[in-house]
Amino acid sequence: MIIGILSIQGDFIEHKKALDSIGVDNIFVKYAEDLQNIDGLIIPGGESTTISRLAKKWGLFEGIKKFSRPIMGTCAGAILMAREVLNEFDEKEDTPFGLIDMVVKRNAFGRQIESFETTLNFNGKSFTGVFIRAPRILKLGEGVETLITYENSPVMVKQGNRIALTFHPELSPDAILIHEYFVSLIK
Amino acid sequence: MDVLKGTYRLKVGLAEMLKGGVIMDVTTPEQAKIAENAGAVAVMALERVPADIRKEGGVARMADPAIVEAIMDAVTIPVMAKVRIGHFAEAQILEELGVDFIDESEVLTPADEEHHIDKHAFKVPFVCGARDLGEALRRIGEGAAMIRTKGEAGTGNVVEAVRHMRKIMGQIRRLTVLPEEELMTEAKKLGAPFELVKWVAEHGKLPVPNFAAGGIATPADAALMMQLGAESVFVGSGIFKSSDPDRMAKAIVEAVAYYDNPKILARISKGLGQAMKGVDVTKLPEEELLQTRGW
Repeated sequence: MIIGILSIQGDFIEHKKALDSIGVDNIFVKYAEDLQNIDGLIIPGGESTTISRLAKKWGLFEGIKKFSRPIMGTCAGAILMAREVLNEFDEKEDTPFGLIDMVVKRNAFGRQIESFETTLNFNGKSFTGVFIRAPRILKLGEGVETLITYENSPVMVKQGNRIALTFHPELSPDAILIHEYFVSLIK
Repeated sequence: MDVLKGTYRLKVGLAEMLKGGVIMDVTTPEQAKIAENAGAVAVMALERVPADIRKEGGVARMADPAIVEAIMDAVTIPVMAKVRIGHFAEAQILEELGVDFIDESEVLTPADEEHHIDKHAFKVPFVCGARDLGEALRRIGEGAAMIRTKGEAGTGNVVEAVRHMRKIMGQIRRLTVLPEEELMTEAKKLGAPFELVKWVAEHGKLPVPNFAAGGIATPADAALMMQLGAESVFVGSGIFKSSDPDRMAKAIVEAVAYYDNPKILARISKGLGQAMKGVDVTKLPEEELLQTRGW
């Protein structure tokens, strides 16, 4: 099994380290053809506006939209997976990949000084959720299930073989169970 | 449930999110929008770009908070702003405004010639300039969450940024091959905290992201710095002092993402118009150098 990590901008190296730590083979995905040989795709944190612009310009956009194997998006990655995105001024932003039927608002908790760490729970285990200028999931479509909540709102959701998280499991070693869960979706 | 804010992990975490990107100097909301639209990962809000600070002289201070706020209101990407070296009151003001990152910068006139800001005392993350590994680790010891080369800002000349990046990367490589018992002497020579020297020797990198800044003016410059080991690039005067800022900005963003692909670099470097004029650093009198500010 090989997992691809979209690596045009953001903290893709931290995802690589997380996958390396659990012995999962991985490659960086920078070109459309890199999508051919992978069994799953991670869209990392970073700036969603930058990633989206570059993905469009260099031909990755359509390939990711059509990618049928499991995908995990963290933070900016989750924003890019949403059907609809609002910015912090509540203006609609254009064309994310539209992979999960949800509405997401960028920078919904405020600026960097409002970034936070807190304890989250998944499958009976607790771990640290790292939220950096995090988005908030405002609305979910019918086929979308909530896997983790924080303050009664979803922070990790799943539709089919795709998961989206508004926090950064790649930044806290005790959150490796999220990467393990993603790997279990591929097996 | 405990909620923690302003932790070191959150500060470095934001720096990690900016990797593989371009941070652009802007002086107006309109420029900030051009930068965001071109794919910048963040903007640096300023009253004057370094080339103009250099030209006009006088004391360069923190920007008017009204300008910083207008830029924060114009874009959704992170906004950084500069304070003078050692001027923690300017930093308190910028933190209160809610900027996402503070640059304790040699581009402004230093407020303290002996002490830098205690950056651990703030919730907002800081980036600091460095010319060598010792300087980088001293700033990290004080709490910096990101390091950038100093280069020579406002010159459009990449030579000093190259010098500083090569120096830092070379010193890091050297540490990784030293036997354990030589590390204390090395820490003494570098003037750097021992624990950080040990960390670098073990991991072969800085404990925070290492970006390039100071004189980057073209996509090729940006690609050069990335290949030398930079994780992102700051472009100061290079964009809005070029003849076509929008195209130059987009091209530099693409150059950073595809820095190791000459085919793409060749394509995006074509027909960008005039890059900023630039100055020969060797012709600058010693007292006009910005990089020697701070220690």
